[in-house]
Amino acid sequence: MAQHSIIGKPLAMIESGAKVTGLGKYADDLSVPGMLIGRILHSPHAHAVIRSIDSSAAEALPGVKAVATGKDAPRPYGILPIGHDECVFTKDKARYIGDNVAAVAATSAEIAEQALDLLRVDYEVLPAWFDPLLSTEAAEHWLFADKPRNIEKEYHHNFGSVDEGFAQAAFVREQRYFAGEVNHAAMEPHSTLAIWEPDGRLTVHSSTQVPYYLHRTLAEVLEMPMSQIRVIKPLIGGGFGGKSEVIPIEIAAGVLAKKAKRPVKITYTREEVFLAHRGRPITVVDMKVGLTRDGKITAVAARVVQDGGAYCGYGPVTVLYSGALLGALYDIPNVRYDGFRVLTNKPACGAMRGHGTVNVRFAFESMLDDLAREAGLDPAEVRRRNLLKAPCITVNGLRVTSYGLPECIEKVVERSGWNAKRGKLPYGKGIGIACSHYVSGAANPIIRSNIPHTTVHIKIDRDAAVTVFTGASEIGQGSDTMHVQIAAEILGVRPARIKLVAADTELTPIDLGSYSSRVTFMAGNACLEAAKNMRAQILEAIAAKYKMDPALLDIRDDNVISLDDSRLHIAFDDAIATALEFRGALVAKGTYAPPEEARGGKHKGAGVGPSPSYSYSAQTVEVSVDTETGQVRVEKIIAAHDCGRALNPLTVEGQVEGSVYMGLGQALQEEMVWDNGRLMNPSLLEYKIATTLETPEIESIIVESIDPEGPFGAKEAGEGSLAATIPAVANAIYDAVGVRINSLPITPEKVLAALRVGASFSSPSSSCSSRGSDGGAK
Amino acid sequence: MSKQLIKLRVNGEQYELAVPPNKLLLDVLREDLGLTGTKRGCDDSSCGACSVLVDGVPMLACVALAASYQDCELTTVEGLGTLDALHPVQSSWGDAGGAQCGFCTSGFLISTKALLDRNPHPSLDEIREALSANLCRCTGYMQIYESVKLAIERAAAAKAAGAGS
Repeated sequence: MAQHSIIGKPLAMIESGAKVTGLGKYADDLSVPGMLIGRILHSPHAHAVIRSIDSSAAEALPGVKAVATGKDAPRPYGILPIGHDECVFTKDKARYIGDNVAAVAATSAEIAEQALDLLRVDYEVLPAWFDPLLSTEAAEHWLFADKPRNIEKEYHHNFGSVDEGFAQAAFVREQRYFAGEVNHAAMEPHSTLAIWEPDGRLTVHSSTQVPYYLHRTLAEVLEMPMSQIRVIKPLIGGGFGGKSEVIPIEIAAGVLAKKAKRPVKITYTREEVFLAHRGRPITVVDMKVGLTRDGKITAVAARVVQDGGAYCGYGPVTVLYSGALLGALYDIPNVRYDGFRVLTNKPACGAMRGHGTVNVRFAFESMLDDLAREAGLDPAEVRRRNLLKAPCITVNGLRVTSYGLPECIEKVVERSGWNAKRGKLPYGKGIGIACSHYVSGAANPIIRSNIPHTTVHIKIDRDAAVTVFTGASEIGQGSDTMHVQIAAEILGVRPARIKLVAADTELTPIDLGSYSSRVTFMAGNACLEAAKNMRAQILEAIAAKYKMDPALLDIRDDNVISLDDSRLHIAFDDAIATALEFRGALVAKGTYAPPEEARGGKHKGAGVGPSPSYSYSAQTVEVSVDTETGQVRVEKIIAAHDCGRALNPLTVEGQVEGSVYMGLGQALQEEMVWDNGRLMNPSLLEYKIATTLETPEIESIIVESIDPEGPFGAKEAGEGSLAATIPAVANAIYDAVGVRINSLPITPEKVLAALRVGASFSSPSSSCSSRGSDGGAK
Repeated sequence: MSKQLIKLRVNGEQYELAVPPNKLLLDVLREDLGLTGTKRGCDDSSCGACSVLVDGVPMLACVALAASYQDCELTTVEGLGTLDALHPVQSSWGDAGGAQCGFCTSGFLISTKALLDRNPHPSLDEIREALSANLCRCTGYMQIYESVKLAIERAAAAKAAGAGS
């Protein structure tokens, strides 16, 4: 494709009119006649056997239409086939403060809340485990009897010869890094409206990134065939992973609706969003890296402990991503990884933007900076000396098809004035660099099967409207607009002619969801194939009628034209009428499944990490550090991101800047603070995401490496930039004041403490124990 | 709590409603008037998604009792413009990327409208200050500033065109 008319042009999102007028509907904006309001009863104890629940008083309250407890939905579920360990209402015991115990549906929110007060739960409080490093030493009172010492999963990977690698190194460093727990904090609290239909079917409108997995799970837990359930995704007010697995509210609404035979809506409070959580876990990283005198990385070894909270969720995937992408950004011949996913009595962690890769990247890129300094080398140059040579297969079996990292590094070095600034700014001011990467979707599905990861249907009827049916989920990242752009480009029509029907399981074919940055690559490829198929059908019909070679026809600007001369010029509407006469119906499909060679190795855990393609990012961050207060002010961030090809530069820039913003929050100010399993800051007043006043100028630079398999060469843009921001901040602080902060978030207290001892600050153990580690009952 | 008859003027329309005296303006807008463009993003007046204009001044509807605003001119996002005739802040938010997920958008549009009404040519620092009570989790605010700048240009162009005709 040489010249594109729509691809590569900045285009406003197709649903922006609905968003800016307030007319677009998010889940909580929906209401239907007879709708009940649901509320959930959460455990006040971190670990407690539920001896009994007396719901008689609640059920007797006028206006209460249903009360549900564990016995109403006893089947366990979980996003991973190996992790079906949660019930919508816990049956045996509560495992964290906030665990779901029961729910009520009533004619008003007030009555539902009164009813919760009337539920009598008899708890037997158990000792609880809050510190991931101590939880694994527990001799008894494990969260699950079949998970000894509270270890959810552990993985041990060894590629190359790590010991030999360290022996070859001139410089070897070992250091412990700590990252606090963070939450997605999407602006929209989760909400679900479940409608029990008169014919005994269930329709669920929910704030989900994964309608298909929700569909499956509802069927399993409610013990209904999938064919009797319809899941519809309305507008979603941000996800970032927090809506990428089935959240209890979504099942609870279904259970209540089925029981009451009425529509039930439940919307979380912000506090409940924090309790449902599924965010990025507390992570302790013991990192070891070796470097030769000329700056070549010889080996990396990492031991990672992730505090997964009370349930499995995506946990094994998170801990596998940490290992799989640890050594795959650069050319590293020897990689050892020991990853532990640990259970504690706190809300379950899960997938969050940059899933699994972020905290190890912080550790690695911080350490690489220190090693470069030790070797007397420029940190940017050290990164240049360890680049992969794509196409290639990394030591752990990841196939790299396109690699824009060199250009990303060059762009930020040049744009930031790196060479003039690094190590040369006055004391208190500094510049740092770091890199990161991320998958463009997982090459292996969560539920192993040979069904395509995405299917897109296109139909055109007599009105000549092009209707694209996709299961992919718009969550604010531009999924819907991406489909319209691709279909319009291939079919040669204006975007306004495309009508998109998305994420409605009754109408749209399967798509696995909006997670792991898979939509542009996978749904984009499926849409591309469907559109090409449709285009061929139209052109073949015209060619047959006019006895021409279809290869000499094209569709441009809503007209079918001949390329050899200007003899043929048919308006699209007329062309469709002809094509319908010729074919009877115009329907097309496209599918996408990652190629076999992209699916990774055969070792245990090899399924996570492989992707058909990877994005790359390099960033520079400039900071000022107030040496009196320890306050770090970020002056400017420049982020270069290799997205393959920017199908819509406006959206790509927005995704990169948003990723940087979220990384910056984790770097400097966001942390969930715990006291014996109780979240101390479950609100946006206390869990501080950055406002306009704290957010510096972020400049995004698009790098296009044109991936050979991406749609028009595109790959992911929405997550990969996040991880580089955090170590780039830490490295800039070192450049500014000569102290190394190994613990996130980098608060003024930590900076000040490090400045006072004049060295580095890293006390993971103290950070952990501040969460309470007595193991005793509270 | 027994209901009380109140009168509200919202987006130029007069409404007479029976609501409990403790009902929040946010809930009255969303539940009684069906104006769901105003959003609830938090429990404690920290996110700004529920911003509405009260006599031209932005205010959080989640900490306002509806019954206390009977003599005011209330404007929600639905009152800024229509799909056929978007207000400059609305069209610019779509065109310059200010709205990703869109959940914070109505609050930002309200704050921006109030800013530009009192200061048609704000500096970047003035924009940041005026929008500091609104949280956005998607954009990193860069494309929000671009949207504000585009709105200023469009408002100026519309004014010039109006003066020229």
